[in-house]
Amino acid sequence: MLKLDSRLVLIVLAITFVFAGCGQENRNQTSASKVNSGVGNATTPVSAAPDQAAKEPVEISFYYPVNVGGPLTKVIDSMADSFMEKNPNIKVKPVYTGNYGDNTVKIQAGVQAKQPPDVAVMMSTELYSMLDMEAIIPLDDFIAKDADFNRDDFYPAFVEDTQAGGHTYSVPFQRSTIILYYNKDMFKDAGLDPNQPPANWDELVDVAQKLNRDGHTGLEIPGNDDSYWMFQMFARQNASDPKQSIMGEDGKKANFNTPENVEALQFWLDLSHKYKAMPEGVIDWGATPTDFIEGKTAMMMHTSGNLTNVKSNAKFDFGVAFSPANKQFGSPTGGGNLYIFKDTSPEKQAAAWEFVKYLTAPEQAALFSSSSGYVGVRKSAYDTEAMKTYTEGFPQALVARDQLQYAFRELSTHNHGKVSSALTNQIQSALAGKIDAAGALKAAQEEADRALAPFNK
Amino acid sequence: MSTRWSEKLRRNGFGWGLVMPSLLFLCMFTYYPMFKSVWLSFYEKNLAVRNPVFVGFDNYKALMQDPIFIEVFRNNIWFAIGTVPVSIALAFVMALFADKAIRGKGLIRIAFFYPNMIPMIAAASIWLFLYMPQFGLFAQFASWIIGNEVHLLGNPNTVLGSLIVMTVWKEAGYFMIFYLAGMQQIPKDLYETASVDGIGAWEQQWRITLPLTMPTTLFVTVIAITNAFKWVDHLWMMTKGGPDHASSLLLYYIYETTFKFNDQGMAAAMTVLMIILLLIISCLQFAGWERKIHYQ
Repeated sequence: MLKLDSRLVLIVLAITFVFAGCGQENRNQTSASKVNSGVGNATTPVSAAPDQAAKEPVEISFYYPVNVGGPLTKVIDSMADSFMEKNPNIKVKPVYTGNYGDNTVKIQAGVQAKQPPDVAVMMSTELYSMLDMEAIIPLDDFIAKDADFNRDDFYPAFVEDTQAGGHTYSVPFQRSTIILYYNKDMFKDAGLDPNQPPANWDELVDVAQKLNRDGHTGLEIPGNDDSYWMFQMFARQNASDPKQSIMGEDGKKANFNTPENVEALQFWLDLSHKYKAMPEGVIDWGATPTDFIEGKTAMMMHTSGNLTNVKSNAKFDFGVAFSPANKQFGSPTGGGNLYIFKDTSPEKQAAAWEFVKYLTAPEQAALFSSSSGYVGVRKSAYDTEAMKTYTEGFPQALVARDQLQYAFRELSTHNHGKVSSALTNQIQSALAGKIDAAGALKAAQEEADRALAPFNK
Repeated sequence: MSTRWSEKLRRNGFGWGLVMPSLLFLCMFTYYPMFKSVWLSFYEKNLAVRNPVFVGFDNYKALMQDPIFIEVFRNNIWFAIGTVPVSIALAFVMALFADKAIRGKGLIRIAFFYPNMIPMIAAASIWLFLYMPQFGLFAQFASWIIGNEVHLLGNPNTVLGSLIVMTVWKEAGYFMIFYLAGMQQIPKDLYETASVDGIGAWEQQWRITLPLTMPTTLFVTVIAITNAFKWVDHLWMMTKGGPDHASSLLLYYIYETTFKFNDQGMAAAMTVLMIILLLIISCLQFAGWERKIHYQ
């Protein structure tokens, strides 16, 4: 009996260890099989060996988010496929990671576990965080060595946020600006000229008030997710200095609390509270395009990245326009750049660079832009045949690009999460009527200063 | 001596062998992260400080002065006060109904239980729609009462209440199952005797059902309170803790601090506080309360 018992113990223990060691063993096995195949190569004729080695493809992982409506994952997967066809020595594994927020979380977790993706699309605003985490590599060497990578071809507004401290850390990819979408049918119904969208703040108020009828609202501007983005637009439009920004050049300062910025935020609040041109409270980012498509609002301000979504789902004639100006036109750029990560091998980084170059080549940029509504990131993309045909049939697609001359860098600082939420939360508070514009920006400024203090030591 | 020792080892070894698999997983996924959190909570580790610096209790001190943490904690208390008693009371009533109903018993039970079968994320999207201004059912209902348009989730005064209503809807059906099981344990002759003695139906529930389901109530209360501190998916889906932290709860703030702000030391300190809180709540079941409850 006793013997049986001890045998049982042994069995149980053995099972436990097998389970516990499972992960480990698998890894050992794969490495063992690699060694084996190496041995196999050695026994085959010597001349075949280098060939065999060259055929072993470099495998890179590619994380990307999708933040707008539409089947963008298919587009990106097909781009990866066509890349692999042309580069049989590189294998790309595209991984869809949700929206920008989830994507960032997954990448950060990977970085902390020392298993980052090899290349990823990430918000341009994550630059300083990524640098603080020592997660990404500068691309200067790749760019210097590559004669066919023409950086001047990229729109300067997009290049702005790829750089820090004299180095380039990313390549623009999935980029946008804020544009005004308007329902031409509703313009006609309200007796407005459908080819005359509002061009400045006064007209915006006037038009939105007239459109606020027949059970739909005049205008919607989302305020729950990253409301700082919309605020940044109003702030630049209200700035007397054309280059006035709500952050410092080096990402170490926040300039939220200025009289002009208070005016800008006040205008946003007035749109609903004073002029009744917009629903009160915090409007949802994701629901806004749906409302527009379903005719619940006559106009919306949203990312140009939703252009294709609106185009394929709206059952009415719609127009797009620059975000209306006050003292000047202005819109922050938005969206993601391609980053290459540390903690992987140089071969993988080189392969990742090839992939980055491919994704941002004129033809691909044109394809991505026409299937998403994101702006083509480089000038030559608009010279391709595909893009010409696309924009001829759909001239609305050119508005976001033309607005780039007034575009500027999205809020990007050290400790970006804290700084941007400080601003976003206060704006939400103000939109909800809990605090006035001046108080909100004062509080946001104080919190941002606290978050940035360690970087200004 | 040595034979006794070896026999002891054999017998203990057998026991250890049996618990080993669970123990291993517990250690990996519960104890290790817990101790790591405690350790990390004494360090400053964030984007500004790349190599962790030992700061002792500074993270805890900073938390006590962090207005957002205090607001989030207060939200969570209100959330617990709002969800726990109501969902338990509702569960009790629903169980009574499902227990006594003669026709369509199965249907009623399913109807009461189904919110629990829907994943929280799906439930949250449904409710997001119900609360949507202009066309959401509840939003319209609320506008009708108040007189002008309201955005229930966009207003700091209504957002937490709206989430509480949803959580009660989701939780009550789950707790009903426990009550139903509890009520079916009660011998039917107790009610018969009571009826013979001329005791009314209401008093029967008060004198018999309520006291005899007290163990269930205790169990459910503990689960409900801990749940109130553990729900997080709906926030992520519906409000992201906003507007301006008005609906943020402890666990969501921990998530934000870790992944959005990268402030790991501070997040660890909050995690430790939360673990302590949950342990205290769970201990209620073993301490004092037990004795006041009538077990059959």
